[in-house]
Amino acid sequence: MSLELVCPAGTPAALRAAVDAGADTVYCGFRDCTNARNYPGLNFDPDEMAEGVAYAHRFGRKVLAAVNTFPRAGDARPWHDAIDNAARANVDAVILADIGVLDYAATKHPELRRHLSVQASASNELSIAYYRDRFDIRRVVLPRVLSVEQVAALVRRIGIETEVFAFGSVGPMSEGRCFLSSYITGLSPTSEGACAPASHVSYKEDGPETLSRLGEVTLNRFSHGEPAAYPTPCKGRYVTHGRTSYLFEEPIALNAIDILADLQAAGVTALKIEGRQRSRAYVTEVVGSFRQAIDALDRGQGGAVENTLASVAEGQRQTHGAYTKGWR
Amino acid sequence: MTNTINGKLTLGPLLFHWTPEARRDFYARIADEAEVESVYFGEVVCSKREPFSEKDNEAIIARLEAGGKQVVRSTLALMTLDREVAAARALAESGVLVEANDVACLQEVSGRPHVIGPYINVFNEGSQDVLIRGGAVRIVLPVEATAATVRVLASRSAVETELLVFGRQPLSVAMRCYHARSHELTKDSCQFVCGQDPDGLAADTIDGTSLLTINGTQTLSNGYLVLLRELAALRGMGVTHFRLSPQHVDMVAVARTYRAVLDHAITPEEAAGDLAALTAETPWQNGFLHGREGLAWVESELSPA
Repeated sequence: MSLELVCPAGTPAALRAAVDAGADTVYCGFRDCTNARNYPGLNFDPDEMAEGVAYAHRFGRKVLAAVNTFPRAGDARPWHDAIDNAARANVDAVILADIGVLDYAATKHPELRRHLSVQASASNELSIAYYRDRFDIRRVVLPRVLSVEQVAALVRRIGIETEVFAFGSVGPMSEGRCFLSSYITGLSPTSEGACAPASHVSYKEDGPETLSRLGEVTLNRFSHGEPAAYPTPCKGRYVTHGRTSYLFEEPIALNAIDILADLQAAGVTALKIEGRQRSRAYVTEVVGSFRQAIDALDRGQGGAVENTLASVAEGQRQTHGAYTKGWR
Repeated sequence: MTNTINGKLTLGPLLFHWTPEARRDFYARIADEAEVESVYFGEVVCSKREPFSEKDNEAIIARLEAGGKQVVRSTLALMTLDREVAAARALAESGVLVEANDVACLQEVSGRPHVIGPYINVFNEGSQDVLIRGGAVRIVLPVEATAATVRVLASRSAVETELLVFGRQPLSVAMRCYHARSHELTKDSCQFVCGQDPDGLAADTIDGTSLLTINGTQTLSNGYLVLLRELAALRGMGVTHFRLSPQHVDMVAVARTYRAVLDHAITPEEAAGDLAALTAETPWQNGFLHGREGLAWVESELSPA
């Protein structure tokens, strides 16, 4: 079976660009706190979602709606509305993380296919089995902390589809359970959908260098032209033992384009491209490259496609992340 | 043993990699002297640490129980290895009361009484209801919970509600070991360097501000969460259990101080004076509960329920 290429769309234009560039599936979110990329100027209202689904379906492609943040106590309405609106828009599946939202979707819309978001941080067979057995999830998006061998072992045991990250950021923390951004800004990625919200990010020139800050906290200092990541707390420089380093993760992008054959052999169903917050040009370039690579793999010519994605990779450097040895 | 109407004190799992000797001494003193009703016991952060002190576990548990403490067995917060999953499964099957910190455990303990630990996200009524239906008898709310969240969830809960009120705030767990990275090692070659820092390793900002504490694969706040002035309001909201997270300070004295506030034997202001003498230079934080940055210290009171 050919690997399914799952691509991001932060806007209706990006959705069309992804379909046109060869995405099998596009994922997007509503324009509010119910999805984990709640940034200004991004995402879809219910009508745009329905139009996007119609466009994709015209070409035989699918659309997934991410409703993958955690409702606030006393205020589940936006999340329930998002599920209802996704069902009404005729999406092919919803991507969910919160146990209460999963319960709502499974009860109110049993026919609506459910995927488990990476925000649920299900990293082992028992966790995945819990969600599978209670909420009938059909696919799990695996956290970026597993090796190819671990992925293969999970695929054999869990009996549902797996989707893995193929391109985007290297998330070193267990996702959906990281409170670093709210510790610094007071705004919660888990319930408000934005890690390091732009409203709290600032840059300051300091001679030949630039300081990047999140809230009142200085996260990095870099010289002009030096690659630096967007200032999320896990991509900053810190001082331990008097030494300054990228303690959590370097400014580097995950790119699995040259290990697709390994992921396919592991039994993975789908490859996820991250970047709903990125431009339409990014979507076109990354999706196009992965389309070519998957097509080459299907023709028995894996590895024949040149990796040309360095220019769009965060920090312009690339890694296989946890998929290969040595990352931990 | 103590006044339960005013709220129960619990001791959270030891998060740091102490020497077997220090760990034995610590729990012996807790068993004999600490005014806590429940003690959570077990490795939460890294399974590589477990072989060092496994042989002591049985004796420690027996001593705690002899001291009148309910012992709850805590699990890892993040499991990826087969042996980690197998250990959680065996613990659940043994019939002891388990604090589940990874959803994996729920697959095994469902239908039997268990505690939901602070590493499983319970932010709303929907998830609370599902977990209670699954057999949860106590839910420890995540450290990020605001007073608005605590008020809604604790007041409606059919089961016990617990909240962290003292100690470094757990902010993230990971597969990667940052303690090892800080020594230019990896998790696989870590040389157990986390054992060098019994209260964690300071990770400061590049302009020299104290911000985080590294504990192996876990990231904690630099400061101690201190909820003293808020205790009465939390009790009024329906919080039943108040957790003290072990730090490298006199935890028996910390427990005594919190107990005295819960029992209205001393005022929160008097307690703050006593606690300051115990926590030395470590800053205090309480921002999450007040709806602010978790690193903030807010002097104002919580409005009662």
